[in-house]
Amino acid sequence: MPWGEFKNIAAERRLFQRRTLVMLIFVMLLMGALIARLYQLQVVEHEIYTTLSDKNRVQVQSVPPPRGLVYDRNRVLLAENRPVFSVTLVPERITDMSATLARLQTILSISDEDLERFQRRLKERRRPFQELPLRYDLNEEEIARLAVLRHELPGVEVQAELVRYYPYSEFTAHALGFVGRINQSELQRIDPVNYAGTNYIGKSGIERFYEQQLHGKVGYQHVETNARGRTLRVLERKNPVPGENIQLHLDLRLQKLAHKLLDGRRGAIVAIEPATGGILALASVPGFDANQFVTGISVEDYRELSESRDKPLFNRALRGQYPPGSTLKPMLAIAALDSGATNHTRRVWDPGYFQFNSSGRRYRDWKRSGHGWVDLNLAITQSCDVYFYEIAVDMGVDTIHHYLSRFGFGEDAALDVAGALSGLLPSKEWKQGARQEPWYPGDTVNLGIGQGFMLATPLQLATATALIADRGYWVEPRLLKSIDGNNDLTSFLPEQNHAPLTLKNPDNWEFVVEAMADVMHGARGTARAAGANASYRMAGKTGTAQVFSLAEDEEYDAEEVKERLRDHALFVGFAPVDNPQIAVSVIVENGGGGSSTAAPMARALFDAWLLEFGEGGGDRDGSAAADIANVEGPR
Amino acid sequence: MANRDILHGTDSSSLGNPRGFWAMVHLDPILLVLLLILMGGGLFVLYSGADRNIDVVKAQGIRLGIAFVVMVVLAQLDPAVFRRWAPLFYTLGLVALVAVLLVGVGAKGAQRWLAVPGLPRFQPSEYMKLVVPMMAAWYLSRHYLPPGLRHLAVGMAIVLVPMAMIVKQPDLGTSLLVGMAGIFVVFFAGISWKLIAAFFALVSVSAPVMWMYGMRDYQKQRVLTMLDPQSDPLGAGWNIIQSKTAIGSGGYDGKGWLHGTQSHLEFLPESHTDFIVAVLAEEFGFVGMLVLLTVYFLIILRCLHIAVSAQDSFSRLLAGALTMTFFIYIFVNIGMVSGMLPVVGVPLPLVSYGGTSGVTLMAAFGVLMSIHTHRRMICS
Repeated sequence: MPWGEFKNIAAERRLFQRRTLVMLIFVMLLMGALIARLYQLQVVEHEIYTTLSDKNRVQVQSVPPPRGLVYDRNRVLLAENRPVFSVTLVPERITDMSATLARLQTILSISDEDLERFQRRLKERRRPFQELPLRYDLNEEEIARLAVLRHELPGVEVQAELVRYYPYSEFTAHALGFVGRINQSELQRIDPVNYAGTNYIGKSGIERFYEQQLHGKVGYQHVETNARGRTLRVLERKNPVPGENIQLHLDLRLQKLAHKLLDGRRGAIVAIEPATGGILALASVPGFDANQFVTGISVEDYRELSESRDKPLFNRALRGQYPPGSTLKPMLAIAALDSGATNHTRRVWDPGYFQFNSSGRRYRDWKRSGHGWVDLNLAITQSCDVYFYEIAVDMGVDTIHHYLSRFGFGEDAALDVAGALSGLLPSKEWKQGARQEPWYPGDTVNLGIGQGFMLATPLQLATATALIADRGYWVEPRLLKSIDGNNDLTSFLPEQNHAPLTLKNPDNWEFVVEAMADVMHGARGTARAAGANASYRMAGKTGTAQVFSLAEDEEYDAEEVKERLRDHALFVGFAPVDNPQIAVSVIVENGGGGSSTAAPMARALFDAWLLEFGEGGGDRDGSAAADIANVEGPR
Repeated sequence: MANRDILHGTDSSSLGNPRGFWAMVHLDPILLVLLLILMGGGLFVLYSGADRNIDVVKAQGIRLGIAFVVMVVLAQLDPAVFRRWAPLFYTLGLVALVAVLLVGVGAKGAQRWLAVPGLPRFQPSEYMKLVVPMMAAWYLSRHYLPPGLRHLAVGMAIVLVPMAMIVKQPDLGTSLLVGMAGIFVVFFAGISWKLIAAFFALVSVSAPVMWMYGMRDYQKQRVLTMLDPQSDPLGAGWNIIQSKTAIGSGGYDGKGWLHGTQSHLEFLPESHTDFIVAVLAEEFGFVGMLVLLTVYFLIILRCLHIAVSAQDSFSRLLAGALTMTFFIYIFVNIGMVSGMLPVVGVPLPLVSYGGTSGVTLMAAFGVLMSIHTHRRMICS
C-alpha cells in the first residue's frame, strides 16, 4: 500500500492540529502547575525553607570546658589534661559498615574489645549522626596513616579531646581518685546541658568530690557545617568556663617517700598537718596506674588488678579497717585520766596477765614475764597491756565509747575524702544489735588494748593522733587547700562539726604527750631505736595488731595463710612534740612488730618533713621547722 | 525534482537571505538560538552546581558539542530516510535490548549498558527513545488516521515490547519515557477520546495491583517518600527535603550565583546531575525559574509549530511525539526535585551533567530540524 493513497490528507492535518492544540493546553496546564508549585515553595513558604536552610547549615555545638587541674601544695601538677586522638565513625554516613571496619583494621590495630564495645554502642540508642568512638589514644603514626586514607573512608574521623592524665599516678591514684567515662547511672544525676560535650566524670576521690568545681561550665558555638558535619567556620562562640584549678594539701615528695617506704609490702601511711588538718600524704601500697581507667581499662588488665592478692585497687588508707592495737593506748590514757579511772601516779602490778578473779581466764600481756609495778607513763612507754586491761575495766565500755568517739573513731570525720570508711567503735548497743549478744566484761578487756571488735582506718588513726598533737583542738582532715588560689574554702568544704575535746585538766594532754615522747626517746621506749639521734623531739606509739582477717571477703589460699597471719605492724606519732608539724599513722600488713617495722617509717617521714623538705608546712612560716630543729636539737 | 532544483537555485543565488542560508544548512534559526541559550545558561548553572569545578563544565561542554554535531548531521538527512529505515532501526534496537539483557553491563543491580569492543559504551534504551516513536509513526502513518483498533493494537505492541524489555533491566524512568514517546504518537495519530478515557480507567484500576505485585520495594519507597519525606528524613527522604529546602530558601530572586548554601555545603545530593534545577532555584530564585521555564516553553512552542507545519503524517507524528517527550523530561525532573513526583532518574534536559541524554535530545532536535528544513522538497 503506497503512501498517501486514498488518504484524506487535509483531514489528517486538521486532526493533527486539533490534537496539537490539546497537547499545547496540556503543556500549559502542567507548566502552570510547576510554576504554582515553585511559587508555593519560593514565595509563599520561603520563610520556612530559609529557616530550614539556616538550621541545616548552622549547628549549635557544645564546647566542653577543660577540666580543672589538680596541684599539690607546692604547685606540682598532679592531674592535667592531655589531647588524646581517637577514631570515630558516623554510622549514618557509612554505607558498608563491615567493609569499613575491615579496612580500618588493616590501618590501625583494633582489638576485639574495641570492636565489641563499638558494636555494643552501635546497638544502643543514640542521636542521629552522633560519632561513635572506635579506638582511643591513636599514636602519631596511626593518625598520619588515617589522614592519608581518609578520602576512602567517608564517615570516619579522627577526633581530638582533652583527657585526664595523672603524671604520678602510681603514687597518687588512691589520694586523687580518677575520672572515667560517664555511665548510665551517672547520666541520671548530671545536668545534661552542662555535660553536653563532656565524656568524663570523676569516679572516685578528689575527682569525684570536687566534680562540680573541676568540671566548669559548658560553652557553645554556632558553626557552619557541610552535610558531612564537617565544621567550615565558627559564626558565634560563647567560651566555656574552665573548671577551677584546685590545690591540695598533699605533698608529692612526702607521698612518694611514703610509697618508697612501703614498697614491696602492703600497707598504708597517712600524714596530716595538725594545725590545718591538711592531709600531707595518703598512701596505699601497692598502688596502681589510674590512667588505665580513664579511657577504659581492658578486661585483662582489670582482672589482673582486681584479682591480685595484694589488692592494689583497695584503698587501705581510707577503707582498710584494722584493729588499732596498742596505738589506741594514748587515746585510752586520755580517757582514763579525764574520767578519773586513773591518775599520773596510780600503779598496777603486772604479773604477765590480767584476771577478773583468781580462777578466771587469763588475759595475757605481750611480755610473758610481766612488767612488774607499772604507772601510766611506763604503761604507754612500754606498752603494758595489763595496765590498760585494768583501767579499761575501771572505765567500762560506755566511758571508753564516749571518749573514743570524741577522737573521731566510728565515724568518717574527713571533710572531702570520698569513700572513707568509718571503722568500728564497739558499744553495748552495737553488740546487741549486730551480734544479738550482750556485752561481756571480757570485751571491755580486749577493747582496752585496741583489739576485739574495734576497727579503725589509717586515716582515723592519723586524725586521732593529730588531735593529741593539737591537744584536743579539732581540725577535720581535708585534702583541699585552695581553689584557684582562693583560700576561703567555706563554700566548698563541708562544715566542721567537731567540738574541741576539752579535758577537765588540760595538763593531762602534756602528760600523755610526754609519755609518747618517751616511747621514742626514753630509755625503755618501745620505739627508742626509731627515735634515736634525732635533732628534734617526736611523740609516738607503736602497735601490733593480731590478724584474724582483713575484711570479711578476704580469701587467702592455704599456703599464703601462714605468711599472711603475721601480725600487722602499726605506728602513730607526731613531731615535733611542742609545735607539731606532722602527725602520721603507719600500717604495714603482716609487717610483724610496730616498733621494728612501722616506727622507722614514721621517723623517715618526720625527718623528711622537718629537716629535708625544710619548709615543713608549705606556705606557713617557712623557717619554723628548721628553727625548731635547731632549738630542739640539743635535747 | 524540478521544483527542488528551482528552490535550490533560488536559495544559492541569494546567499544574503537568511532564510535561504538556514534552509541550505538545514537548521532552524529560532530553535537553534533557543537551544544555545539553554545550553549556555545550563553550563553557567552547572559551574555552581558542580561546586566551581571547571573540569565538569569543560566535560559537559564537550558532550554538548558532540550532541550538537549529532543534531546538525541528523538535520541534513531527509525525513524520508528516517521513514524508510525506521523498521530497520527499530529491529536493531530490539536486538540491542536483548543483548543488554543477556550480556549487558551496569551497576547497582541494573544492566543498562552495552559494551561492544571498539565502540564507546552505549545505552540502547536511550536510542529507543528516538526509534520507538519513529517506528510507531512509520506504522500508523501507513494507514488511515485515526487508526482502527487493529492498527492501534499493533502500534501499542511496537511501544510496549521495548518498554517491557527496558523495565526488565530494570530502568523504570527510561522505560516510562520510551513508553510516553510511543503513546504520544498514538495520541497524535488520533486515538479516540473514548479509548483514552478507557485507558485511564484501566490505569486507575490496575494501579493498586501494580503496587501490590509489580513494583519493587525501592520503587514503592520512592512513592511513599514523595508523599511524606519526613518519614525517613535521613534516608530516602533526605534528597527531597534538601532539594525543597534549596528551592524554597531561594525565594523570589535567589541567593545569587555561587551563593547557594544548600548545594555548596553539600546538603543537596546530585547537585550537578538530576537535582541541578534546585541549584538554579536556590541561586536565581523564582525569577530564575520563570526564565528557565519560559525558554523551555518557547522551545516547545517552536517544536509544536514545526510539527504542525510538517507536510506528511509520519513527520507530524514523529515531531509531535519528540516534542512532548522533551516536555515530559522537564515536567518529571522539576516535579521530582520540587517534591510533586516521586524520585525518578530523569535529568533536566540539556542542563543536567551527563552525556547520553544530551545526545539523544539533540538528536531529536536534529530530526525536528530535518523535518522543518526539508518540507518543500516533499511538497508538490
